[in-house]
Amino acid sequence: MKQSEFLKTVMPFKDKVFRVAKRLLVSTEEAEDATQELFFKLWKNRSKLKDYKSIEAFAMTMTKNYCFDRLKSKQANNLKLIHSNYKEKNTSLDRRMELNDSVSIVHQLIENLPEQQKLIIQLRDIEQYEFAEIAEMLNLQPTAIRVTLSRARKTIREQLIKQHNYGIS
Amino acid sequence: MELANIERLLDKYLNAETTLTEENELKNYFLGDNVAPHLEEYRILFEYFSTSKNERFTKSIQLNSKKKHWKWLSVAASIILLVSVYTGYEKKQERKAEKIYKETQFALEILASNLNKGTVAIAQLKEFEKAKNKIFKQPKRNKK
Repeated sequence: MKQSEFLKTVMPFKDKVFRVAKRLLVSTEEAEDATQELFFKLWKNRSKLKDYKSIEAFAMTMTKNYCFDRLKSKQANNLKLIHSNYKEKNTSLDRRMELNDSVSIVHQLIENLPEQQKLIIQLRDIEQYEFAEIAEMLNLQPTAIRVTLSRARKTIREQLIKQHNYGIS
Repeated sequence: MELANIERLLDKYLNAETTLTEENELKNYFLGDNVAPHLEEYRILFEYFSTSKNERFTKSIQLNSKKKHWKWLSVAASIILLVSVYTGYEKKQERKAEKIYKETQFALEILASNLNKGTVAIAQLKEFEKAKNKIFKQPKRNKK
């Protein structure tokens, strides 16, 4: 597979990979590094790509695994501190302004979800993949995905109503 | 779209039973202008989803890893280091040899000057001998 051919197959989902990585890793720089790294890995393994039904689904699986590994090693190295510093900067400083900005409320709410729910919300509600595709990416049963997704959607909605009522009263 | 239908879809949505087409119907409704006030929270939600999808990866993808670069760089660096250590060693040897050469030269010079002193003394001695010969007769020659 030549470089141009590879880029042609890979380019359509580079933004998706980036957005999923950002959802999981929070910081933009880290998500950019992850995307760069993932596409380099794909390029190195280009000879094996023909064996996969969908390269995009394979790339998403890789993204998920890579990000979860990153998060795990971060916790192991106590780098979580840096991570929370980042969040701190993002929330407390601009909090008053952003709380009015209702869109970022949803961002915060999704951020507070467990990793798996975060990921599935991203794949379904933002990237709009079919359940079968998500099942393939995450190696889960479609029913398990529906259960997780339903839980995530309900949590977000409840929290939104809470915040909304709080804002009015 | 009638409100009852939207509410029915929302129930399905929360249970994760909607299809992508139905979810797009919901999205279109909530991104529109006549959202029912009691469904306000969903408007926020769907607005967030659609704006999130616009985020782009703006950097260009590099397929030639930086890591490889670093590898070559380190190889080059080690070669340079080896060469410089080698030439440095050579230089040091050279300087050492030069020093030794100078030292020997110096020693030889001292030796030579001392030897010259000796020859001066001998010359003086010769003068003395000449003078002596003038004064005293030389019996050996006479005997001949």
